[in-house]
Amino acid sequence: MIVADRKKIPQIRDMVKNHRRVLLVGCGTCVTVCLAGGEREVGILGSALRMALRLQHHDVVVDECTIERQCEDAFIDILAQRAPEYDAICSLGCGAGVQALAERFSNIAVYPGLNTQFMGILESQGVWTEKCSGCGNCLLGEFAGICPITRCAKHLLNGPCGGSRGGKCEVNANIDCGWQLIHDRAGKLGILDPFEQIVPPHDWSTGLDGGPRKVVREDQCIAGLGPKS
Amino acid sequence: MADEPLILAMCCHYCAYAAADLAGSMRLQYPGNVRVLRLPCTGKLEVNYLMAAFERGVDGVIVAGCLEGGCHFLEGNLRARRRVERARKLLAEIGLEPERLEMFNLSSAEGPRFAEIVTTMVERLKRFGTSPLRPDPTRIERGVQEMNQQAEAMLAGDKR
Repeated sequence: MIVADRKKIPQIRDMVKNHRRVLLVGCGTCVTVCLAGGEREVGILGSALRMALRLQHHDVVVDECTIERQCEDAFIDILAQRAPEYDAICSLGCGAGVQALAERFSNIAVYPGLNTQFMGILESQGVWTEKCSGCGNCLLGEFAGICPITRCAKHLLNGPCGGSRGGKCEVNANIDCGWQLIHDRAGKLGILDPFEQIVPPHDWSTGLDGGPRKVVREDQCIAGLGPKS
Repeated sequence: MADEPLILAMCCHYCAYAAADLAGSMRLQYPGNVRVLRLPCTGKLEVNYLMAAFERGVDGVIVAGCLEGGCHFLEGNLRARRRVERARKLLAEIGLEPERLEMFNLSSAEGPRFAEIVTTMVERLKRFGTSPLRPDPTRIERGVQEMNQQAEAMLAGDKR
């Protein structure tokens, strides 16, 4: 899932303080699960933001709502009637949600309430870790199910580097060396032989370096409602 | 009373609420600035309850739960402490003194300690002064009464 965390309240306050009516919009999917932008967090931020604004004598109405999914226009429909009552929206969705709202409501200012961090998993209650960089060309099958691009600080495909010490990364002693993990797991699985070969450079054209990406499933497209060019 | 601090005490049913009751039975004197809100356990406490209280203009909030290790539901009071810590950080970001919110642990036999806690908080909040978010006093009273009624209705619903 996409993991995010909330911006500091003074930063959000300063973004919206010159507006009259602000709608806080939460999202019911990833950011609800990572406790950053679901209904409860919208409630907490709503109260906090109203207080922060009042303390600086800004007369701003802050209302709250949470929709099921911000990254799909069909789910944003529910806001269509209500949104024009506001001159700003503060989204507690990921960056995709913020942009989906901005595309839908072209006349309303849209601000991010969260910092979108990464695609990751719940490591333990309250702790999320990054696992996928979305490079568009998955190599997990060749690296014992552990991603060298995400888990190695240097994104090395031929690791480990000389900075691996006692299973930890030289960048930060709290980070496991991704390549140590790959070697340990590959050893247990008995698949270390392929690691003697040099892996050629990664094709980054499938990643963000090739510009914003698009996935098209032509069998799912509806005639006349094809993807925007 | 207008300049007196108004305090909301969120009290666990199994300890602090009974301690407050005991303080009354013992005829102990403590400031009348506190409004007691009974929780089934401080583990029921959510950060948004605390935010709602401060938004309505209370000057301070006491969260009072069982002694650590003595929670009727094992770790409700430990969870509450973490939520109180988070709420205090939020208060600092908002621009209010985090010390307006404090969690205490006590047993149901500690009526005098309940009185002492209230006295301590009243003295502290007098130093901070009235909350800059406080609306007119009658509105606060109404807000606290509404919250009390909602909580009691929820508890009554739980019993059915």
